[in-house]
Amino acid sequence: MIEGILIGLTTALTFQNIFMVMIGCFFGTIIGMLPGLGPMTAIALMIPITYGFDPATGLILMAGVYYGAVFGGSTSSILLNAPGVPGTVATSFDGYPMAQQGKAGKALAIAAWSSFAGGTLSAIYLLFMAPSLSKVSLSFRSPDYFALMILGLTAIAAFSSKGQFLKAMMMVVLGLMLASVGQDSLSDITRFTFNNMNLTDGISFVLVVMATFAMSEALTIILKRNDPTSAAKQVSLTELGSIKINKEERSKMYKTIPRSSVIGFLIGVLPGAGATIASFLAYGMERNLVKDEEKEKFGKGSVNGLSAPETANNAACSGSFVPMLTLGIPGSGTTAVMLGALLGFGIQPGPRLYMTNPEIFWSVIMSMYIGMVILLILNLPLIPYIARILAVPKNYLIPLILFFSITGIYVMSFNNFDIYLMIGIAVVATFLRLYDFPMPPLILAFVLGGLMEENLRRSLLLSNGSWEFLWDRTLTVCILVTTILIVLWHIYKTLKKKKS
Amino acid sequence: MNINTTKIISLLFFIFSAFYLYTAYQIQVFAFDENAPFNARTFPIYLGYTGLFFSGLKLILPDPETIEVEHKTLEYKKTGILILIAIIYGATILKVGYFLTTSLFLFASYYFLGERRWKLMFLLSFPFVAAFMYLLHGVLDIYLRDPFLKSIGVMG
Repeated sequence: MIEGILIGLTTALTFQNIFMVMIGCFFGTIIGMLPGLGPMTAIALMIPITYGFDPATGLILMAGVYYGAVFGGSTSSILLNAPGVPGTVATSFDGYPMAQQGKAGKALAIAAWSSFAGGTLSAIYLLFMAPSLSKVSLSFRSPDYFALMILGLTAIAAFSSKGQFLKAMMMVVLGLMLASVGQDSLSDITRFTFNNMNLTDGISFVLVVMATFAMSEALTIILKRNDPTSAAKQVSLTELGSIKINKEERSKMYKTIPRSSVIGFLIGVLPGAGATIASFLAYGMERNLVKDEEKEKFGKGSVNGLSAPETANNAACSGSFVPMLTLGIPGSGTTAVMLGALLGFGIQPGPRLYMTNPEIFWSVIMSMYIGMVILLILNLPLIPYIARILAVPKNYLIPLILFFSITGIYVMSFNNFDIYLMIGIAVVATFLRLYDFPMPPLILAFVLGGLMEENLRRSLLLSNGSWEFLWDRTLTVCILVTTILIVLWHIYKTLKKKKS
Repeated sequence: MNINTTKIISLLFFIFSAFYLYTAYQIQVFAFDENAPFNARTFPIYLGYTGLFFSGLKLILPDPETIEVEHKTLEYKKTGILILIAIIYGATILKVGYFLTTSLFLFASYYFLGERRWKLMFLLSFPFVAAFMYLLHGVLDIYLRDPFLKSIGVMG
């Protein structure tokens, strides 16, 4: 492992890669602060740029954007009570009241230090857990992978659906259907191309991500007459207050951070869960663990109440890399986008990644830590100024997002058809968004579609067409039972909600 | 059963799944693959049935929360214009070239979204695209096809 860490450090600490982490963190912070535009959009917009770099640098840039976006989301939660990303909603519960009490600087500092500590601790957990899990996952067979993908898709549908599980499952199926367009990987038989040569190679992953996130989000903003930048104009540079944290506040954070980082990391590792659930759970757990006196302060500007979700959402970000790097199965929509980008580089993440491409595996882990340091020393003092940049009117912001999306497709294919297809998918996605059909399950399904078919093919061929492979191995059964439990839990929750 | 837009979307998805399933059955596989445990049409067929299952359930089961969208408040005109500009941009980008079409696309989008600060609109279109092109083409070595710039001898 020491050798791996050194390989990672050597790659991550090159001038180019440090610069990329800085750019990623900065860009991610700006996008993350804009309500409605989350890390997935930020990463999607970055994909065309990453094609100019080697895979390690490209992934480091995307990881920087991811952390920056989560940090940016916290900033808008605290300053504007407008969470940029769902994972930072819990941050606003105590962050915004603190800002209203004239302690915005302090709230930002607590958030930044908690994020830093949460990210650092989870990077350490990842450091130890990822190689061990990679070794364990070498024993995974095709049926296990197939079951694991079903679990991942069901979990993301259950957790991201805001109570509309069936809608999310429809999006999963749509994503898998889109992934089935083009040549069959084994027989080269074309499917669903309708004799259109442009569809022979299938639909590009970047096209689907750009259309369903960047472009459709931009269209939704215009359609709903939202202005994500309007709130940023209210931020005053002079009213942030001190960013110093006193001894009493520090001692509260010392207790909160370790436990919240553990819960955040573990939730992040679970497929489909992620920063949002992690932050809410950490907030709830913290409220139960503190003394009654402190409990009273929750919702009114509690240090523990702010520190817990911030630690957990950053720890969850690192945790979500575990299934992607070790199993090749992304745990969240954001890591699904990264996985797609890696596949674009010709790299297949999975248990063998740390043996075949150790520089990628370890440099990503190392760059996470470097990203945390950069977020702390660069972004904290710059937050008021970054908030000012956000005052760019939406009249400029929307065309620029559309421009980046179309450019991303243009530089990849030099094909008009792809641009029309992207616009078409974006229009459909915008309409679906209006009626709360979630997009992350679609992306995860689109990325996993090919792998899922491949593993089902192998499993069915090995069992001579029988579905017995689903209960032949204990591991497969365990994974499928977990999937069923998630569905049952969701049904129970829906019924309970209906009764109440 | 209460008919709302979500139900109509589910019905459309049901029809789409049925069409997908029909097309999946039409996929031509090799003769020796016809009775294999898994061939090119197996996975799509399962997907078609899964799509029918979930959209069918959504159609039959009552909605826990009905989503109401106030169509009068939506900005259809600007959105439509923006989509139209994007389509024109897509249609001309290959023939005219990246620089001119992208700059004009940005300029037109700013205008139709209500911007009237001409200097800023110009700066954030033509020089901005030139700088971005330099970053992609000159620094990152990502090829950009531009017949217009090539014809006037700016780009090789």
